[in-house]
Amino acid sequence: MIQLEDVTKIYRMGSVEVRALYGVDLSIDDGDLVAIMGPSGSGKTTLMNILGCLDIPTSGRYLLDGTDVSTLSDNRLAKIRSRKIGFVFQSFNLIPRTSAIRNVELPLVYAGAHDRRARARSVLEQVGLGEREKHMPNELSGGQQQRVAIARALINDPTMLLADEPTGNLDTASSVDILKLLGALNDAGRTVVIITHEEEIARFAKRVVRLRDGRIESDQVQRNRSEVSA
Amino acid sequence: MNLREALRIAMRGLRANRLRSALTMLGIIIGVAAVILLVALGNGLKTSVNAQLEPLANLITIVPTVGNVPGGAAPKDLIDADVAALQEPALADQIDAVIPATTGRALIETDSWRFRANVVGSTESWIEVNNQDMAAGSFFDEAQARSGAKVVVLGPSVATYLFGDDPAAALNQTVRMNRQTFRVIGVMQSVGEPGDSVAVMPLDTARRYIFGGGDKINQIVVQAAQASAVPAVQDEVIRILSERHRIKDSANRDFEVQSLRSRLDSFNQILRILTLFTAAVAAISLLVGAIGVLNIMLVSVTERTREIGIRKAIGATRRAVLEQFLIESIVLAGLGGLIGVVVGVGLSALGARLAPSFGPTFESFAPAVTIPSIVVSFGISLAIGLIAGGYPANRAARLRPIEALRYQ
Repeated sequence: MIQLEDVTKIYRMGSVEVRALYGVDLSIDDGDLVAIMGPSGSGKTTLMNILGCLDIPTSGRYLLDGTDVSTLSDNRLAKIRSRKIGFVFQSFNLIPRTSAIRNVELPLVYAGAHDRRARARSVLEQVGLGEREKHMPNELSGGQQQRVAIARALINDPTMLLADEPTGNLDTASSVDILKLLGALNDAGRTVVIITHEEEIARFAKRVVRLRDGRIESDQVQRNRSEVSA
Repeated sequence: MNLREALRIAMRGLRANRLRSALTMLGIIIGVAAVILLVALGNGLKTSVNAQLEPLANLITIVPTVGNVPGGAAPKDLIDADVAALQEPALADQIDAVIPATTGRALIETDSWRFRANVVGSTESWIEVNNQDMAAGSFFDEAQARSGAKVVVLGPSVATYLFGDDPAAALNQTVRMNRQTFRVIGVMQSVGEPGDSVAVMPLDTARRYIFGGGDKINQIVVQAAQASAVPAVQDEVIRILSERHRIKDSANRDFEVQSLRSRLDSFNQILRILTLFTAAVAAISLLVGAIGVLNIMLVSVTERTREIGIRKAIGATRRAVLEQFLIESIVLAGLGGLIGVVVGVGLSALGARLAPSFGPTFESFAPAVTIPSIVVSFGISLAIGLIAGGYPANRAARLRPIEALRYQ
């Protein structure tokens, strides 16, 4: 359960104040599949940073599974990220020169968990890359790299999978693969939030939140979701 | 994050830029190896010189001088009575022997050859006090010394010149000095020149047949029981002789007291300062190496800004990032230190093997590695890793994940 209450974020760039988010109220239920849309400058990246606990709001509250994370220290935020958030980035962001399985294991290393290898192997199999675990990122295709990134995001069993333009760097076929995978994960009960500016991607979400100038412009549940297809 | 994982991440970071890591390590390697090698050289020199001189270090030598103030009392010679005075019972437990000697040059002749040698007249203890050994025959004994027997013990150079290479060939031969004949009863082992060109005989024999001079002697050697007793014995010797020679002002002394101990002490002192100084100069290259580590770690943090952002996004705390870079720089500097120790010890061992082949003079320059120099220089290289890595690691740990992720 994710709840934003009257969240405002103001950046100071030199002497100029930039309001990136302005009084945003948003709540996302467990198991939802939400697309957050908006043109550039609408505040969607800022929203993602706050949702992902990479940044804290200037004012307002952010309740993640009932915990107010809007006032936590750097260190506590890092711990929250490691337990509750799974990131999927546009540019995959795998650690270079580090095998697929080690990349997947990494969140467990920081969380101090045990039987990392076995858990990493099972998540890699879940995303269909069981036999590529020894490959380095540069030996994998874009789609495969994004699968590794998704496996890495899943390994800590997070409250929310937060995907920032997950298909932005992929060809159409791979994009479909990745969206199908995200859809399947959501079908299995995982909360998925996708930040995107592509309408086709938004159409497959259960709910679409549109941002403009730091405010929520519209927030609608899609009754007739389109199936993902090439 | 556990240490094994941290080490693996650090090794991956270092392997990613092999050449850069190797060059950075080179600075530390050179510094550590130089410190170890230079300290080993100083230590080797000290050890070998002390080993050669230590047996002689408990000797105190007294010789007459003419250094006297104008118009003062006439200088007195050293005589047998002075020797007797030094053998007084109060000093007996600190002194092993008091050996008088008279020395001079004399021509030693056989029927076919002549050799100009240093002739020493002394007691039967002379050979033991001078730490020499016989190559053939024996040294004269107490009875021969007391009776003034016309016997002589030759140094190896003299024996070889007069009688050939086999020292035994000289035994029981007759030599002439000052128109007197002497029987050769022994040949000594070589100790190097000028000690090899001597002929030693009983004190009374030398005075009676060669030098003359009644009860005069021109050297007294006092052997202290231990080297540590030398300063006390030296003071006592000066007191006794000053009293006997009626000297009140030390500037008017008509004898001079020397000991190898005090010279050896000042030699060791100088060598220690010199060794420390050269090691400090070598340590400057360690400082340069440390700057190299700092530099490369700063580059590494900047290059991997994005990676740091990713790690933070997936749950790395500041501390985890700090540890990662600290361990990387400690591994870098520590590995350099370890290789430096191997190189330094290896070069010292090589030097120790090669030094003798450059001739006997260079044997003293064989390096001898000391454990403290290894421990200290390796410790310094670890400290370099910790200190030079601290600032870059702290910078990495403080990076804000959003900005780090945006970094291209």
